Amino acid sequence: MRSSVSITLNHCSRTFAGGNTALQPLDLHVNAGETLVLLGPSGCGKTTTLRIISGLESPDNGGQVLFGERDVTALPIEKRDVGMVFQNYALFPNMSVADNIAYGLKIQRLPRAEIAHRLDEVMRMVDLKGFGERRIDALSGGQKQRVALARAIAVLPKVLLFDEPLAALDAKLRDRLRIEIGQLLRELGTTAVYVTHDQDEAMALGDRIAVMQAGRIAQLGTPQEIYHQPANAFVADFIGAVNCLEVIGMQADGGLIVHGGELVATHLQGVSTVYCRPEDIQVVPLSQADIKGKVVQSIFLGQSQRLLVDTGGASPLQIEAPCRQRWPNGTHIGLNLPSSVLFHPEKTNTTDTTKELANG
Amino acid sequence: MKSRLRFTLQLGFTLVVCLFMIVPVAMSVIAGLTENYFVGLQSGLTLRWVNEVWQLYADTIWLSIKLALACLLVTIVIGVPAAYGLLRSRRRWANAIEELLLLPVAVPGLATALALLLAYGSYREFRGSWLFILIGHVLFTLPFMVRAVLSVMQTAKLPQLEEAAASLGAGFRQRFFGVVIPNCMSGILAGALMVVTLSIGEFNITWMLHTPLTKTLPVGLADSYASMRLEIGSAYTLIFLVMVVPLLVAIQWAGKLTQQHH
Repeated sequence: MRSSVSITLNHCSRTFAGGNTALQPLDLHVNAGETLVLLGPSGCGKTTTLRIISGLESPDNGGQVLFGERDVTALPIEKRDVGMVFQNYALFPNMSVADNIAYGLKIQRLPRAEIAHRLDEVMRMVDLKGFGERRIDALSGGQKQRVALARAIAVLPKVLLFDEPLAALDAKLRDRLRIEIGQLLRELGTTAVYVTHDQDEAMALGDRIAVMQAGRIAQLGTPQEIYHQPANAFVADFIGAVNCLEVIGMQADGGLIVHGGELVATHLQGVSTVYCRPEDIQVVPLSQADIKGKVVQSIFLGQSQRLLVDTGGASPLQIEAPCRQRWPNGTHIGLNLPSSVLFHPEKTNTTDTTKELANG
Repeated sequence: MKSRLRFTLQLGFTLVVCLFMIVPVAMSVIAGLTENYFVGLQSGLTLRWVNEVWQLYADTIWLSIKLALACLLVTIVIGVPAAYGLLRSRRRWANAIEELLLLPVAVPGLATALALLLAYGSYREFRGSWLFILIGHVLFTLPFMVRAVLSVMQTAKLPQLEEAAASLGAGFRQRFFGVVIPNCMSGILAGALMVVTLSIGEFNITWMLHTPLTKTLPVGLADSYASMRLEIGSAYTLIFLVMVVPLLVAIQWAGKLTQQHH
C-alpha cells in the first residue's frame, strides 16, 4: 500500500454567503497513518472541516491545506488523491457493483488486468465477493456502504475521508460495520479523517478525537483523554453521560459538601461543581456511603441498569449499576464516589489512574 | 345500490366522452380508406388515396421527419447543458430563466413566427431554407426538453454523485458524460419523445415560416384539406396518425419508466 501522508490545516475558516460562519479559524494536524475523528453535534463545523480537507470546499482567504509538505489549497478534490465515503453512499445507480468500485481505476486508465486484480482484492477486503454483477438498487444499506468503502480504497488514496458513513444504518449493522472499518483502517494504515456525531463510533475508531462545538475544536486528544479529562462541560456532557454535582459548602478539613453528603477531593479545591461518570459511582451499604439518596427510577439496559437517584440536588444522579440486583423506586441507597473518579474540566491535571489510562 | 348507480353513471359518461372524441377520428380514417366517401363504405376499401398522398406529399413527410430529428439534436445539445446549468446555479436569475423558457409555449406561434420574420426575413437564402423553420421549432420545443431533463436531474441526487466521482479523480468532462448524462437518461428520453412529437405536429409557426419549397406535413395537410378531395385529406391524416400515435404511446411508456426510477 502507498505510504501515508499527514494533513495540516493552517488558519482555515469558512464563512458562507450571507455571513454565516461555519468554521472559526482552525489549526489542525493529522499525523501520517493516524485516524482522526471529528465529533460533534450537527452544525458544529465537522463536515465543513472534512469538506475543506477533501477539496469540495475552499477555506476563506488565508487558510491553507497541506498534505505532507505539499500545499493543496488550490487543488480541486479530483487532484487531491483522496478517497471519500459519504453518508448516503453516493453510488452510481447506472453502474453495477464492480463498475462502481472500478470507476476510479478506469479514470486512472490502469491496464485492464491491473483493474481486475485490484477489484478482486478490495471486494475480498470488504467481503463482497460474488456481488460484482449486482445492480446497486438490489443491495441492502450495509452492502451499499461496503461498495462505497471498496470504491474509495480501490484507488489507493493518500487520505481516506468519511462523512458520517454509518448514520443511515440500523444499530446492529452500524456496530458491525464500525468494527470492520476499524480493522480496515489498521490494515491499510492510510491517514483517515472520520466525521460522526456518535461518540461510541468516535471512541472505537479514533486514534485521536477532535470534539467540535460551534465552529471550533473544543478538545483534541485520545479517546481516553477526552473521556477522562474533558476540557469543558460541553465535552464532558457530549462524550458519554456525566453527573454534575453542585458544591454547596466546604468542611474545615477540605471535604466538599454536596447535596446528600460529603466528598473528599483534595485535587478539586475551590470548584463550584464536581463531575463524575455514572459507571464510576458504586452502590454501597448506607453506613459506608459518601452520599445518600432515594432511587426515583431504574432503567434496565440489558448488560447493566441506569439508576436515577435523587440526592436533593437540581437533577438526579445517574448511576450505572449491575443489572441483576433490584432497587425498587423509593429505596434509600448509599453511594461511594472515590476521589479518583471526581473531576472538573478546569482542573484537568487529575489522578494517576486516569493518566495511566490515557497513556495506555 | 347507490354506489352501483354512481358507477354506471360514471361509466356511461366516460363512454360518451370517448365516443365523442374517437368517432371523428375513426370516421376520418375510414374516409381515407374508402373508394368514394359520398357513396359510403359499399363503394369498397382502397389504399389508392394513401398512395396518391404519398405521390403528392412524400417530400413534406420527409421534411417533417428531417426537421423533427434536427430539432431533437439541437434541443439535446442545448437543452441538457442548459438544464444542468439551471440545476447547479443557485442564483436568483436561474428561476427567472426557467420561467422565461416557457415563454414560447405561452406566446401564440404566429407571434413567434412574425418575430422571426422581422428579425431574419431579410436574409433571403436563410429565409428560404428549412433551417429557418428549424429555429422556430427549436424555440417552441426547447422548454419541453429542459423541463423534462431538469425534473429528473433534481430527483437524481446529481450533486452527491458528482462529488463522489470527483473524489475518485474524475474531471468535469468525465463527470458530465460518465455520471450526469447516464443518470438523467430517462429525462432525456421523455424530452426527446416530446420534442419529436411536437415538432412533427407543429403548425402555427411553420405555416408562417414555410415557403412553397419548405412545406411540412401539417402544412401540407392544411393545403390538401383546402384544395384536394376529402378522401385525400383523410388519407393524409391517416399517415399522420400512423407517425404520431406510436410516439404518443412511447411518451406514456417513458413517463412510467421515469416514475419507476424514483
